[in-house]
Amino acid sequence: MDNLLAARSQMGMSLAFHIIFATIGVSLPLMMTIAEWRWRSTDDPAYLLLANRWAKGTTILFAVGAVSGTVLSFELGLLWPWFMQYAGAVIGMPFPLEGFAFFTEAIFLGIYLYGWNLVPGWFHLLSGFIVTISGVLSTVFVTLVNGWMNTPTGFDMVAGKFANIHPFVAMLNPAGIPEAVHMVLAAYTAAGFATAGIHGWLLLRRGRNRFDEVAIGIALLVGGVAVLVQGVSGDAVARMVAARQPMKLASLEGQFHTETGASLRIGGIPFPDERETKYAIEIPHGLSLLGFHKYNALIKGLDQESQSDWPNVRIVHICFQIMVGCGSLLSLFALAGGWLAWRKRPLTKHTRFIKALVLVSPLGFVALEAGWIP
Amino acid sequence: MNVSVVLAAIMLISLVIYSLLGGADYGAGFWDLVCSGPRKQGQRDLIAKAIQPVWETNHIWLILLVVLMFSGFAPAFSAISVALAAPVFLILLGIVLRGSSYVFRAYFTGGVRTQLYWGKIFSISSSLTPLFLGIVIGAISIDNVRMNDGISENGFLRAWFHPFPLVVGVLSLSLFAYLSASYLTVETDDPALQNDFRNRALFSGFVSMLVAFATYVLAGNFALEIRNGLSRAPYVWLVEAGAAIAALVAFQALWSRSYSRARIAAAAQVGLIVIGWSLAQYPYLVRPKLTIFNSASPPNILVDIEIAVALGAVILIPSLVLLLLIFKRDGKSISASVDKRCLKLSPAENSYDACPNF
Repeated sequence: MDNLLAARSQMGMSLAFHIIFATIGVSLPLMMTIAEWRWRSTDDPAYLLLANRWAKGTTILFAVGAVSGTVLSFELGLLWPWFMQYAGAVIGMPFPLEGFAFFTEAIFLGIYLYGWNLVPGWFHLLSGFIVTISGVLSTVFVTLVNGWMNTPTGFDMVAGKFANIHPFVAMLNPAGIPEAVHMVLAAYTAAGFATAGIHGWLLLRRGRNRFDEVAIGIALLVGGVAVLVQGVSGDAVARMVAARQPMKLASLEGQFHTETGASLRIGGIPFPDERETKYAIEIPHGLSLLGFHKYNALIKGLDQESQSDWPNVRIVHICFQIMVGCGSLLSLFALAGGWLAWRKRPLTKHTRFIKALVLVSPLGFVALEAGWIP
Repeated sequence: MNVSVVLAAIMLISLVIYSLLGGADYGAGFWDLVCSGPRKQGQRDLIAKAIQPVWETNHIWLILLVVLMFSGFAPAFSAISVALAAPVFLILLGIVLRGSSYVFRAYFTGGVRTQLYWGKIFSISSSLTPLFLGIVIGAISIDNVRMNDGISENGFLRAWFHPFPLVVGVLSLSLFAYLSASYLTVETDDPALQNDFRNRALFSGFVSMLVAFATYVLAGNFALEIRNGLSRAPYVWLVEAGAAIAALVAFQALWSRSYSRARIAAAAQVGLIVIGWSLAQYPYLVRPKLTIFNSASPPNILVDIEIAVALGAVILIPSLVLLLLIFKRDGKSISASVDKRCLKLSPAENSYDACPNF
C-alpha cells in the first residue's frame, strides 16, 4: 500500500467511524426532546423514562463524536499538511462556525443532562431543543466543506496558487446546501429507523409494553418523515450534480456514452473496459428527466474524459444503487406504516409490521455508508 | 489594529480559557489517579461530579483553537502537524482515551472491576495529555521546529525531545493539577474533603513554582529568545508581577481556607502565566521562522474569520455564563427545586434511572 492510499484509507476509516456516531448523536436529541415534550403534555411516565434513556445515549455518542471529531480536525493537518497549507485559508470558514455550534450543543447538553432539578421545566425542554438545532447546524457546516470539495468556489487560481479568496462564497458553494440538507435528513432517517428497529426487537422479545410502543412511535415518525422528505432533497442534489458535475453523474449512473434522452439504470454492473453497464433495468429517458426535468436533455457520459481519470466506476455505481434502493424501500415502508396508523389501530399490534421493521431498520445506515463511499 | 494580531488575540483567549477550564479537568483526572487515604471514594465521586456537566464544553476550546489556526495561520498549523506529529498524536490518543473512558465509566452499569478499569484509563490519559500539550508549547518556543519544503529538518523526534519542551510539559501538568485542586475545594461542603484538596493545592502549587523556576533557568540555555522576551517590554513585567501577586494571594487564601478567593486567584495566576508566555513568544507562532504576520492568510480572510467568531461569541458567551452559573455557583445546594412530577415514577414501572439527579 503506498503512502497516499494509506493516508486516504485512514481518513476514510476515521470518517466512516465518525459518521455513525455523529449521525446518532445528531438524531437522538430530536427524539429525546420530542419524548420530553410528550411527557410534559401528557404526564405519561413512559415518555419521561424514554427521554432519560435517549439523553444517556446522546451523552455517550456526543462524547465519542467530540473526541473523534478532534482527531479528524488534527488529521487534516497530520495527513494533508500541504493541502491544508493552501486550502485551509479557502475552506477554513465553516470550521470555526462548527466549533460554535459544537459549543452550544455541549453547553445545553450539559444543562439538559444534569440540570433536571436545577432549571425550570420549560427551560429544560428549551435546552433539549437547542441541542437538537446545534446538532443540525454542525452537520450543515461540516457538510458545506464536503460540498466545496465537490464544487470548489470562492477563489481564483493564479499561477498555480489560490488568489482572491472569499471564504463565505467558498462556504456557500453550490453543492453545499443541497448536500447539507441531504445529510441531515439521512442522519434522521438512519438513526430513526435503527432506533425503531431496536425497540421493535425488544417489543417482540418482552411483549407489548408502553415504553417500547412510545419509543417506536417517536423514532418511526422521525425516520419516516425524514425519508419521505429525502425524496425531494435527493432530487435537488441530483439536479445540482447533473448541472455542476456531469462526470460524477455519469459515474454514479454508469453512463459511458454521451446521449440525449438517456435512460435511467436500476441495478446493473458497469464494465469499464467494454464501456457498458450490463444487466440493468433501463427506464427510457429516465435519467434526462431526473437530472434536468427534461425529456430529451443531454447527459454527458464518461467518454468525455480519458479513462485514466475515471473513478472506480463499478464501486461508485453499485454503492449509489444501494443507497437509492435502501432509501426507496424505507420510503415505501414509511408510507405503509403511515397507512396502517391511519386505520386507527396501534401500529404495535401488527406483529408482522414490527417484524418487518426490525428487518429493514439497518437499511438507513447501509444507505448512509454506501452514499459516503463514492 | 492589525487583523493578524486580532486573530492571534482571539486564539490566545481560547488558549487561556482552555487552560483554566479544560486544564483543570485534566488536573482532576490526575488527582483521580493519586486518590488515597480514607476518603478515596469520596474524592473520586467529587471529581466525577465536578467535571461531569462541563468537561465537553471545556474541551471544545481546543477544537476552536485548532480550527482558527488552520484557517488563519495555515503554514504554522502545517509545521506543527509535521514536525511535532509525535506529541500531537499522543495528545490525540490521550483525548480519545480520556473522553471515551470517562463516559464508559460513568454509564457502565455492569461489574465494578470493569468500571475501575475504565477509571484507570481515564486518570492515566488525563495525566499524560497535559504533558504532551506542554511539550508542544515548549517545542514551538525554541528553535527546533524547522520546516524545509514540507520536510522537518529535525525529524520527528529531535524537534521536541529536548530538555526545554519536556520541562514545560511537566510545568503544565503541575499547574493544571494545582488549578484543579484549588477548584475542587469549592465543589464540596464536606470540610474533610475540602481539606484534602487544600493540601494538594498547596503541595502542587509549590511543585509548580519549583518547575517554573527550572523552566526559567533552562530557558537561559535553550530558549534565550523566550527569556529575553520575558524581560523585554514593561508590560510583560506587569503580567509577571500580576502572576506573582496572584500566586501569593492564592497561597494565602488556601492557607486560611478562603476557598472562593483561592479559586479566583489560582485561575488568575495560571491565566497570567499563559499570557506572559504568549507576550514573550510574540510575534512568533512557531519559532524560529513563522510569525503571526508571515504565516497569516490574506487580510480579507482573517476579517471574515473574525466576523464569524464575533457572531459565534454573541451566542457562546451568554450560554457559557449560564452553564457556569447553573453548575459552578459557590455553595449551591443540589436539591433546589425538584421537578415534583419525576417523583410519580414508581420502581414497578422499571424506571429506576429516570430523573437521575436526586
